[in-house]
Amino acid sequence: MSKTASAIRLTDLTLGYDRHPAVHHLSGEIASGSLTAIVGPNGAGKSTLLKGIAGALSPLDGNIALAAGRRLAYLPQQAELDRSFPIHVYDLVAMGLWNSAGIFGRIGRGSAAKVEAAIAAVGLAGFERRPIGALSGGQMQRALFARLLLQDADIILLDEPFTAIDARTTADLLALVQRWHGESRTVVAVLHDIETVRRAFPHTLLLARETVAWGETADVLTPANLLKARRMVEAFDSHAAPCERDAA
Amino acid sequence: MPVFYDLFIGPFAEFDFMRRALVGIVALSVSGAPIGVFLMLRRMSLTGDAMAHAILPGAAIGYLVAGFSLPAMTLGGLAAGFAVALAAGAVARITVIKEDASLAAFYLISLALGVTIVSLRGSAVDLFHVLFGNVLALDDDVLVLLSGVATLSLLTLAALYRPLVMECVDPGFLRSVSRSGGVVHLTFLALVVLNLVAGFHALGTLLAVGLMMLPAAAARFWTADITRLILLASGFGMVAGYAGLVVSYSAGTNLPAGPAIILAAGALYLGSLLIGSQGGLLRRLLPRPHLQR
Repeated sequence: MSKTASAIRLTDLTLGYDRHPAVHHLSGEIASGSLTAIVGPNGAGKSTLLKGIAGALSPLDGNIALAAGRRLAYLPQQAELDRSFPIHVYDLVAMGLWNSAGIFGRIGRGSAAKVEAAIAAVGLAGFERRPIGALSGGQMQRALFARLLLQDADIILLDEPFTAIDARTTADLLALVQRWHGESRTVVAVLHDIETVRRAFPHTLLLARETVAWGETADVLTPANLLKARRMVEAFDSHAAPCERDAA
Repeated sequence: MPVFYDLFIGPFAEFDFMRRALVGIVALSVSGAPIGVFLMLRRMSLTGDAMAHAILPGAAIGYLVAGFSLPAMTLGGLAAGFAVALAAGAVARITVIKEDASLAAFYLISLALGVTIVSLRGSAVDLFHVLFGNVLALDDDVLVLLSGVATLSLLTLAALYRPLVMECVDPGFLRSVSRSGGVVHLTFLALVVLNLVAGFHALGTLLAVGLMMLPAAAARFWTADITRLILLASGFGMVAGYAGLVVSYSAGTNLPAGPAIILAAGALYLGSLLIGSQGGLLRRLLPRPHLQR
């Protein structure tokens, strides 16, 4: 597969809840090995789009095609994680081995070493035996990143991974994202902090229910585009008359 | 030490029915307590209670058809348990009523229906037997059923352990890596019903759930580790079973064995609530100064 092949291709994609679209008529592709930020105002449909790509939400219309044989990992914004459940950080991280271990597979010495290494890589060495309920918000996000590391996915989807996380943790986790990018994995992240996007993400999709701009970050994040995105979301009426099929 | 022997060992050495009761309770604890731990951790404690009641009309119909027949009452109980579990889930998904409310509705109907059906044919004694069981009258067939259910449950839990824990901790993650979540949930519910039906033969519909939930809840006050929690809950169940039988034997005919066992489990729970090392009341009421040199 060539370097410019697409990892994710969206074709006239409409996603939504209860037949009301949250994003509509989205077309485009995310190149294999690219590092893309999805930005846009609240309610622009960013999380919905990620959920759709992750396969957790079926399209109302159009389709999402992933390159064949690619493994996908998805970190939702608010994981439905039960933090009161009595297990240790080690076990939470080890869940990332599911693809190789499955229900019955043995987690041998090699895999155990991988778990330890992942925990060390996110800066949680020494926390293996802590119950997950004892972790702070930032430590929990580090643990979830360790699990992502173990998933060894080709396509990694992150929904607001740095929200409510301190600067130090953000920097550490961002370094991991850069590492994945360096390993030619495809990373797509929903982000709010425009400065982080400008600094670390080569590509950006500016979303406001539909594409406002999509391409090189510097071309996308212009004041004019950002203003346009905000106006579009404010004007959007999710109970509006059905879309005209041939409007374009 | 004749007193010690008479109190704690003699009854079991002397009487077959005491040994059988003990074996039955050990079998129930081995599989019921771990299931209780998962019910508790999934905040489904009341679901277990509701399903235990729901078994009653099925078992009662079995009784109506065939009297005190083990296969008839077991099949009836299983059928009713599965039906209510599925129906409550479906009602919650399809209508605006939440699952707990629909479970409450189903189990109240089940309980009333079951008591009515048993009363149609049987006496008050029969009704008492169905509601509270008769742990001192376990015959070979019941013991085989109890140990069979325990074995099957343990093997199934072992096989499903990983996805079951993942479904509890992070269901979204399990969905993202595997489609097994739904199957795991349904299999787990089936195990709950199976163990409640087994428990029903020894402790009756109203108390069967006690040996499932009380040891689990008590164990939670002592450990924050899922493996130890399961082992401790099983141990608590066995201890409660043994203590209940001993107390009931010493008290003569005045204290029925089934309720004595559940009371013993209740005492373990209350004791743990009071002095447990993980969030027990005393630890909370008597705060110690934070760690200092």
